Amino acid sequence: MVERKFSEDALFEGRRLACQRGERLLFQDLDFVLRTGQALILEGANGSGKSSLLRLAAGLARPAFGGLFWGGAPIGKDAEAHRRRLLYLGHADGLKAGLTVYENLDFWARLTGVTTPLDDALDSFDMAPLADLPARFLSAGQRRRLALTRLSLRPAQPPVLWLLDEPTTALDAAAQATLLALIRRHLVEGGLAMLASHDPLPGLDAQRLRIEDDHAEAAV
Amino acid sequence: MSAALALLSRDLRLGLRQSVDVVIVVLFFLVAGILFPFAIGPEPRILAQIAAGVILVMAALSALLSLDRLYQPDFEDGSLDGLVLAPLPLEIVALVKALAHWLSTGLPLIVAAPVLGLMLNLPGPAYLPMLAALALATPILSLLGGLGAALTLGSRRGGVLLTLIILPLYVPVLIFAVAAVDAARLGFGGQETFLLLLAAMALTCLALTPWATAAALRQAVS
Repeated sequence: MVERKFSEDALFEGRRLACQRGERLLFQDLDFVLRTGQALILEGANGSGKSSLLRLAAGLARPAFGGLFWGGAPIGKDAEAHRRRLLYLGHADGLKAGLTVYENLDFWARLTGVTTPLDDALDSFDMAPLADLPARFLSAGQRRRLALTRLSLRPAQPPVLWLLDEPTTALDAAAQATLLALIRRHLVEGGLAMLASHDPLPGLDAQRLRIEDDHAEAAV
Repeated sequence: MSAALALLSRDLRLGLRQSVDVVIVVLFFLVAGILFPFAIGPEPRILAQIAAGVILVMAALSALLSLDRLYQPDFEDGSLDGLVLAPLPLEIVALVKALAHWLSTGLPLIVAAPVLGLMLNLPGPAYLPMLAALALATPILSLLGGLGAALTLGSRRGGVLLTLIILPLYVPVLIFAVAAVDAARLGFGGQETFLLLLAAMALTCLALTPWATAAALRQAVS
């Protein structure tokens, strides 16, 4: 029997979104609807605006047109509540080379209000043997695994919306499987996930949103 | 609260691990300060006259030297996104960052200042006002510097731009700090008034800069 951790009627929508970076219009008239237990995979060429859409969804940037709604209310209306309900992992890892693996994770845990021990989280991506190693000695894949370990942290108020930018980059097969299992568990628990990925992500039942290349259309 | 402490301890720990940065700031402060007796000549009276000014100007330049690593590394490695999205209010983040900067730059400069004072023939009664003035001026530098660092995030030649933004704002601090030291050095008295004015400036910065810095940071990540 699966235990639902989140409410049944979560609803995250983007309506008629347009995003502009500098002089370029990345995409326009983009809609999506994401409900309890659903995942959305963003597809598209490099530079098509997948990362930008995730940053819009996180509330880091504002859309040039259109809006994002949680349960029908604009996310900007209660920005703090939106921040609390999401976990955003960008393509930059947010790791400090001068800190050890454990210290890096411990910082994010304490920042997001996790009070439980980190051993389980470290085990999830098999980072426990590397716990005392400074992050500067990690390989690209290991850095990615450490960043993803944040998904296994269990804060008192777990984030319901996961926004993952290219989470599978540099991951080996085993780590990819772990990641997919984590995402599936999150969805089963009633969470929502948006991912930008070039990988097919086999075994993940998800909607797919193709962001069309709009390069020819420069903003006026 | 524990989130703010986590950020402070992370920044301080990073500062300690890269303690060469702190050493460089202090060495720059001392070495550049020592250039003045060589350039102006060893006349003790003149040195005593310029000592306070040199120390406060050098403290400002040294503090500016380290500002580019206040937000830039976080901006580049993606931690800043995490800080903006953290449950912790961004104003508190700005405040904690400024505090970490002061502890790793301002405080070592205050400790090193008497050494420079000796070399510049600063008279005995002026030491306490000089330290008090520095203790009030360096937090202002960290707070204003944090704002400047946030404003220039992501811009080319940000360090130079930062200096141009911050130094004019530092002029009133310089005037009152040197006035306090001179009042004690020449025996006029009244240094407390100048120090109180400096304290008022520090409190104003403490109250206002976190908001402005947070707004600049939000702009930088968007």
